[in-house]
Amino acid sequence: MDILLQQIINGLVLGSMYALVALGYTMVYGIINLINFAHGEVLMVGALVSWTTIGFLQAAWPGAPAWLILLLSMVVACVAAAALNFVIEKIAYRPLRNAPKLAPLITAIGMSILLQTLAMIIWKPNYKPFPPLLPSIPIEIGPAVITPIQVLILVITAIALAVLSWLVNATRLGRAMRATAENPRVASLMGVKPDRVISATFIIGAVLAAIAGVMWAANYGTAHHAMGFLPGLKAFTAAVFGGIGNLPGAVVGGLLLGLIESIGSGYLGELTGGVLGSHYTDILAFIVLIIMLTLRPSGLLGERVADRA
Amino acid sequence: MSTMRTLPLFQRPGLLAVFLLVLPLVLQQFGNAWVRIADMSLIYVMLALGLNIVVGYAGLLDLGYVAFFAVGAYIFGLLASPHLMDTFPWVAQTFPNGLHMSLWLVLPLAAALAGFVGVLLGAPTLKLRGDYLAIVTLGFGEIIRVFLNNLDHPVNITNGPKGIGSIDAIRVFDYPLSKKLDLGWIELPGVTLYYYLLLALVLLSVLVCFRLETSRIGRAWMAIREDEIAAKAMGLNTRNLKLLAFGMGATFGGLSGVVFAGFQGFVSPESFSLMESIMIVAMVVLGGLGHLPGVILGAVLLAGLPEVLRYVAGPLQQLTDGRLDAAILRQLLIALAMIGVMLWRPHGLWPAPEHGKALEPGATR
Amino acid sequence: MTDWVLDVSGISKRFGGLQALSEVDMQIARGEVYGLIGPNGAGKTTFFNVITGLYTPDSGRFLLAGQPYTPSAVHKVAQAGIARTFQNIRLFAEMSALENVMVGRHVRTRTGVLGAILRTPAFRAEEAAIAERARALLDYVGIAHLAEYKARTLSYGDQRRLEIARALATDPQLIALDEPAAGMNATEKVQLRALIDKIRQDQRTVLLIEHDVKLVMGLCDRVSVLDYGRCIARGTPAEVQRDARVIEAYLGTGAHA
Repeated sequence: MDILLQQIINGLVLGSMYALVALGYTMVYGIINLINFAHGEVLMVGALVSWTTIGFLQAAWPGAPAWLILLLSMVVACVAAAALNFVIEKIAYRPLRNAPKLAPLITAIGMSILLQTLAMIIWKPNYKPFPPLLPSIPIEIGPAVITPIQVLILVITAIALAVLSWLVNATRLGRAMRATAENPRVASLMGVKPDRVISATFIIGAVLAAIAGVMWAANYGTAHHAMGFLPGLKAFTAAVFGGIGNLPGAVVGGLLLGLIESIGSGYLGELTGGVLGSHYTDILAFIVLIIMLTLRPSGLLGERVADRA
Repeated sequence: MSTMRTLPLFQRPGLLAVFLLVLPLVLQQFGNAWVRIADMSLIYVMLALGLNIVVGYAGLLDLGYVAFFAVGAYIFGLLASPHLMDTFPWVAQTFPNGLHMSLWLVLPLAAALAGFVGVLLGAPTLKLRGDYLAIVTLGFGEIIRVFLNNLDHPVNITNGPKGIGSIDAIRVFDYPLSKKLDLGWIELPGVTLYYYLLLALVLLSVLVCFRLETSRIGRAWMAIREDEIAAKAMGLNTRNLKLLAFGMGATFGGLSGVVFAGFQGFVSPESFSLMESIMIVAMVVLGGLGHLPGVILGAVLLAGLPEVLRYVAGPLQQLTDGRLDAAILRQLLIALAMIGVMLWRPHGLWPAPEHGKALEPGATR
Repeated sequence: MTDWVLDVSGISKRFGGLQALSEVDMQIARGEVYGLIGPNGAGKTTFFNVITGLYTPDSGRFLLAGQPYTPSAVHKVAQAGIARTFQNIRLFAEMSALENVMVGRHVRTRTGVLGAILRTPAFRAEEAAIAERARALLDYVGIAHLAEYKARTLSYGDQRRLEIARALATDPQLIALDEPAAGMNATEKVQLRALIDKIRQDQRTVLLIEHDVKLVMGLCDRVSVLDYGRCIARGTPAEVQRDARVIEAYLGTGAHA
């Protein structure tokens, strides 16, 4: 029981990052019915770009405050990720809007592998140490501790969600996105340009994933080319868990998944009398997914997918 | 329907047969490694043919197909190696001569077990739509891999990441295929012997698939793929048909696994990763979904070509300061192939000729 | 006791706040062409979907040729003997016309995987029979020359005929056609009417949803009228045409016959 609070904190932190990535998946699926397999790689690109930027800034501007460097690197990462996602959508997914349904899926998988491989070539395969840019003095909360970086993750996630919520509900673009997600044909009849809306969706998703990527690298202290694949997959299961196409669902799904993984890895050994250890944590996400799809396929909060009839 | 007979290559079956039979003898002159590449390509062809039943005929996107391959491989590995005897003394006592289960016993056992696992894993997916089906099957594949990797404690069944070694070679008429065969005028190394076994199995697989495709069952699968609701409305028991597709596909995977285990002499969870499942899906889709020649082409290209590239990669590696080695090049090419082929030929490199001709609009009776 | 092919009663179905069907009854005699008409949104396709198992009803008694059946599994309903076509034509687009009809024979044939792989004599005989019957059906509906053509490339009218051929292939007791004349021009409608007449002459029972009043009145033996999920009139076309409630349902109050 004494580790429960700690696991909860860890779980919320992990879940926040999952939530950010899950949002990207859910928005894209809600609008064009595509599982963007390459989305996890955007997280990785965000992390690696920010790592490079930090290295550059630290060398070129030795006296700069650490938090500023972190912030700047995050901005650069977001811009890079946004540009990347925009290009990917335009050259690889857009031409396949009317192709047989397996084609875009294969392309997305291929894109995922391509990004990982290119990252391996550009950044070399070794694990890169992410410099600690925030003070590492843990703050005590009862029997548990929380580090400044973890606090930052929670804060940034909350801010990002607030901004996204405002964007989706209170702006013209947000209205266009929601309309296209619900019924693309009618939306275009009302003057909404689907291509623009879809590009915007990819860009927003990329920014969120890049933020998650930087935070992930900062939290775990390392970045490398394969870091995005598994979290990406898990974030997708979180999106389905919460209800695909449903934005609050993605957040709820992400947080819950983070908690399940964290608490699960802590207690799995005990619960199963040592038969299953924490190595099985990775497949917890899949087991949750399978159970959810068997019992309630529309997810916790219900799905919202385009009416393509 | 009978697409095979319309292809020019098959109008000269004799030529094709000679080419296939002579190939290993030619390759082995350049080194056994080349024959190995041919062998692995044939194994992938079998896997692709099996997956084609699930994805190509029935339209079920399975991203965890490698699980069945693993089941077959590990079954043979466990029943034809010293591992179980080392782990469980009572096994050693029951089988004092060692566990060397005969191929004729293992093959049906592996086929049945893999088929059963196929039905088991397929059952929860029956009501899911395409994309979800993909993710769930992917999950199953990963779950099996993780179990294989971790079932070395508390009881050591799979030997975890270390894998199972010293697996018997496959024996045909009591002759182990790992042993060189001296015919006097030519010597056939183990890899060549395996080639002929695999070739026979591939031909058998092609025959089975073709017969399934052009039968009532094949048509039923395709009907499900085209429109499941209409299929149900015509009285098709889509649940059972889908399970049948999963089971048959899985059986192919399991059988391939048995041969793979015997061929390598060693199995470990590394050989059954998600990347493998993806590769096999890519082979089927890139080659031509549901079209046997296309699927074979896709398998040969994606399995063989990257291996061939290893030999080209050397100079490239030096050029790029070590960043571009054979493994990376292979991955890069597979990724580019997946993206490129889908953009250029979304139906695959060699898709099924139209099932039926296309009617020009406005043509009258 | 009349030989009712279809005898359903008390069918109700609610979707959330909408009562789509309330206590609908229908009895169709063998060899009849029975029409189901009503304004848009009356619940006609819902009724179809309920009796063929696509929707689960909240209540209802279902008898096919005197035998009770549970309309919960779509394929079982087809096995029992109700075949249908769809309002939006659901063919197996990438398969040829012949193959489409051959799939219709699936439910009345038996050979399985083993027979297919081993090509047993039983398999060969069955395959030949399936192909022959399929060709005969294509001929019956008038598109025998289109057998080898891909279903999605057929003209609209031909696709409808193909769907009917496929439904007939299941040897149904009742064939249910959902707006078969939708989108057809006058010539095609005449041909469709002739086809349905032919089906009736061959002792088959037909249930028909249609909007084309002229077609229904000329073709159907009896008709039910649905409005807002209720059956408001039943009888011969002539009787129903004169029914005040029916006129009101279609034309509103204040209209005259």
